Amino acid sequence: MVNERFDYEIILKIIERGSKVLDLGCGDGELLRLLREKNDVKGVGIENDEEMIYKCVEKGVTVEHSDIDEGLPDFPDKFFDYVILNFTLQETKKPKEVIHESLRVGKKVIVSFPNFAFYLVRYSIGILGKTPQTSALPYRWDETPNLHYFTISDFIEFCKAEKIIIDEFIGFTGRKVVKFIPNFFAEKVIFILRKEN
Amino acid sequence: MNMRDKNTKKIEESPLGISEVKYFSFDSLVLESGEVLSPVTIAYETYGTLNEKKDNAILICHALSGDSHVAGISKETGKVGWWEFMVGPNRAFDTNKYFVICANVIGGCKGSTGPSSINPKTGKRWGISFPAITIKDMIEAHVKLLDYLKIEKIFCAAGGSMGGMQVLQLVYSYPDKVVTALPIATTLRHTPQQIAFNEVGRRAIMGDPEWHNGDYYDKGFPANGLSVARMIGHITYMSDASMKEKFGRRLKNNENYDFELNTEFEVGEYLKYRGESFVQRFDANSYLYITRAIDYFDLGDNKDIIKRFSGIKTKFLVISYSHDWLYPPYQSKEIVRVLKYALVDVTYCEISSTYGHDAFLIKNEEQEFLVKHFLDNAYQRIKNGK
Repeated sequence: MVNERFDYEIILKIIERGSKVLDLGCGDGELLRLLREKNDVKGVGIENDEEMIYKCVEKGVTVEHSDIDEGLPDFPDKFFDYVILNFTLQETKKPKEVIHESLRVGKKVIVSFPNFAFYLVRYSIGILGKTPQTSALPYRWDETPNLHYFTISDFIEFCKAEKIIIDEFIGFTGRKVVKFIPNFFAEKVIFILRKEN
Repeated sequence: MNMRDKNTKKIEESPLGISEVKYFSFDSLVLESGEVLSPVTIAYETYGTLNEKKDNAILICHALSGDSHVAGISKETGKVGWWEFMVGPNRAFDTNKYFVICANVIGGCKGSTGPSSINPKTGKRWGISFPAITIKDMIEAHVKLLDYLKIEKIFCAAGGSMGGMQVLQLVYSYPDKVVTALPIATTLRHTPQQIAFNEVGRRAIMGDPEWHNGDYYDKGFPANGLSVARMIGHITYMSDASMKEKFGRRLKNNENYDFELNTEFEVGEYLKYRGESFVQRFDANSYLYITRAIDYFDLGDNKDIIKRFSGIKTKFLVISYSHDWLYPPYQSKEIVRVLKYALVDVTYCEISSTYGHDAFLIKNEEQEFLVKHFLDNAYQRIKNGK
């Protein structure tokens, strides 16, 4: 079966076999299921949407029904090899705290989000004068769960200010990795982060 | 709702057919209080078949007013079990796959040794000379039953409310015995508010002149006291929202208030009916003993619990209900938190429902779905040798 989620493919390549993974905002648990089946990963998810919990349990994915904005105090430092925030960060109330908590409990953190400086987004605002509705930002302004809009450049700046090390970032549009001016040509992006020591 | 409809006998059906109570007796049980209960009989029912490997047994633990009759048609009463919708072929606790056991707790009045049993030493009913029991004692009795059935390890322990306390206690006392644990709408320890409601219930019974210091068996029955205790209980099992939905401010008979000291409102009539029907099937002394066992329940300091649970292999599914104000979701979240600190594999869901604490006993697809898939996935993993 062809996997239409290119982000899943990238993440499956990043995470080593047998890793311990925490997926924050794991949705229907599909990524955790793939990680378990393909990479023999031991994963746990946290999800706030009750409907999604049923989908996770159906797949045999371990999941906790709770709000990540309330913090992750129950996990010891560096307990996970990876903490994943796959298209979750823009929906959290306190993204800075969530990132720092993730870096505390995970050795590495994978963050993905829609790039708000993607050229079609710029076109929508700059030329059409409309809040963008693209495949990465599919919701109308009044229905979106997104609380924060930010760009690849914003995030690099943020990491620098917060003393977070960026191991790598992969911008992509559709199923194509964008290497040339990603802040303009990449619709979405995946960052791999860690903290010193 | 017309209460009289509920009194008319309707023929109940179950895919499990008739379920018979079985009995197992053993010599004695040393209780947590240090006293020895002797002899001990356990009433239990089983459903499905224990496989050759004996790895498909499920122990279901009942709540305060429950009994061993979890599903099927009771031979005695002709009624279906208290968790009928959860247990049976292709149901959440699938009797085509699993061997389900449910035993009446000691201290109860549905066949297991309790205050209404005859004390062979005196030839009279125990009454309040029956020793105090705890949730831990209930578990010790259940484990004796499992030993008797030659089941070393159970695939699952499940229960809501007091049943959930037994599940937690079982894993605490015998972590290697339990593959999966399902504590539902329960707590790590009884809180002052929960104790307070039980205390009022007990006072209602003990304040009834028909109680006779627990020695009422030849004299009558503290029906009024037990009925009031049950009415209080029922208020705590429902929710503001479910009462509004079910009764509103509707009056029982009239369109207008009659300004008399009668039970005028439907909600009052419902509680009265619940109280009166409970009296027909439950022993007042058992109510005193079991509510005390619940009040004594405290698994320990969180630190100690974490230490105890650290490294155990049991997988948990913890479920709470959004409108349960007797055992609110925060208490289930505390169970989850403690388990996570102990690095135990735990899945948690708060099911939205307007029903209160009672929600876990009322047919709902969410609970059926969670339990079914959680168990089937876990069982599949055993089969795959993982």
